[in-house]
Amino acid sequence: MQAQVQYKRPIPLSTNYAVAHAAKDLDVDVIAAYPITPQTTVVEKLSEFVANGELDAEFIHVESEHSALSATLAASLAGARAFTATASQGLAFMHEMLHVASGLRAPIVMSVAMRALSAPISIWNDQTDLFNARDAGWIIYFVHTAQEAYDTIIQAYRLAEDRDVLLPVMVGYDGYVMSHTTEPVVVEDRESVLKFAPKRPYPYRLDPDHPVTIGPIVPPEYYYEIKYQQVKAMEGVPEKAEEIDREFGKTFGRSYGIMECYMCDGAEALIVANASYAATMKSVLPDAWKQGLKVGLLRLRLYRPFPVKHFVNYTSNVKSVLVIDRAISYGAPYQGPLANEIAGLKVREDLGFNLTSVVAGIGQRAMENEDFLAIARLAWEARTRKYPETIFYGVRE
Amino acid sequence: MSVRLPGWKEMAIGGIIVNPGNSLEYKTGDWKVLMPVIDQDKCIRCRICWYVCPDNAIKELDKPHTTKAKRVYKISYDVDYDYCKGCGMCAQECPVKAIDMVPVEVS
Repeated sequence: MQAQVQYKRPIPLSTNYAVAHAAKDLDVDVIAAYPITPQTTVVEKLSEFVANGELDAEFIHVESEHSALSATLAASLAGARAFTATASQGLAFMHEMLHVASGLRAPIVMSVAMRALSAPISIWNDQTDLFNARDAGWIIYFVHTAQEAYDTIIQAYRLAEDRDVLLPVMVGYDGYVMSHTTEPVVVEDRESVLKFAPKRPYPYRLDPDHPVTIGPIVPPEYYYEIKYQQVKAMEGVPEKAEEIDREFGKTFGRSYGIMECYMCDGAEALIVANASYAATMKSVLPDAWKQGLKVGLLRLRLYRPFPVKHFVNYTSNVKSVLVIDRAISYGAPYQGPLANEIAGLKVREDLGFNLTSVVAGIGQRAMENEDFLAIARLAWEARTRKYPETIFYGVRE
Repeated sequence: MSVRLPGWKEMAIGGIIVNPGNSLEYKTGDWKVLMPVIDQDKCIRCRICWYVCPDNAIKELDKPHTTKAKRVYKISYDVDYDYCKGCGMCAQECPVKAIDMVPVEVS
């Protein structure tokens, strides 16, 4: 009989704390962050770790998120393993630096506790912040449990610091719904985490013996090629991310793939969802099947670059795909940004399903299990019926 | 003759300059329309053009010059056309109008 591998016992952590623990176990050298709801407890916990001597890192108290990412970027370019966390207005305020970080190919990892954007002011959850930042050249993950957040931060550094990648990574999870909800999380020891993701600093790091100029002006004759390098670096990411995830599974006993298809066997309709909505949908789907709705869940985990091959593989035989968006792309053909993207993919790959775009949960509008069932029914009915316009689920007349 | 520029595989990531001091290879004066020409006879060596040039493109040379009126100067002024952008500041400020701005001939 084969010996059973003994895995560690879980401890209760919120997703924010799980992220902070991951950064600690990765032995990050520099943290520059500004507290913003609902991300605050990530950096609170990290400052506690630094103050208690559990983590030997520089904690830079900056006056804004623009500075937070600037300092993180500078630290990363100087050869440090740098971490930051943000949400909502903070992510928006970082926008300029998001492009600088990806343009300079800094292997930064940042967690995003996704939250609605002003105006009007809402501190509650939706994904407008992250969807507004999706074209900034960062690798983007969505995670649906605290454990996955912990594990993904570890995988993210391995990916970001890979010499063929060298791109910053965002790990997104739902504000409050996940950031402030306690779940059982297995926390690994630093030694094995560092063995899995050893520090590989930026190759052109600032070094007086090998002077380089970082961030010069680049004329039209050269700029395009440098941007194309970013395109090519992204291309190899899905394969690499999958490989890292597999290895993670072998080491720690947990793996996720880069796109998950849940209850897909025999499903005629699929719902595309991410983060907490994917988790809730998972709990609702068995009831849906009992009601005769053969609906599966396609959970987005790696979102940038989009795992096209996986998506095509999962959706080539279904009649209906319903996309739940938690952000609005105002005035777009489909007003859910993700649905819009999948519409493009449907044309590109000549996929035969009926596409339905549903916007829901804006500003953390409550979504109960019945609402998820109703959306599953909508996905089921869309096999034989087209919804050309975006459905704004739950909005009052 | 056109220069072959590097392709995306040949360039350092992020536009990072990995060979320090390579700005010396980069001539910034290739886009002027008018170029200053100094008349060494009219020039009174006041040095104003040297002072006002925003690009340090006026060179003070240890090169003696004797004018037609037999006046002897120990130095001369010349223009470094690799860096002169043809702004005309020198010609504008020259008190004796010794600098002409003439069209650049493109071959």
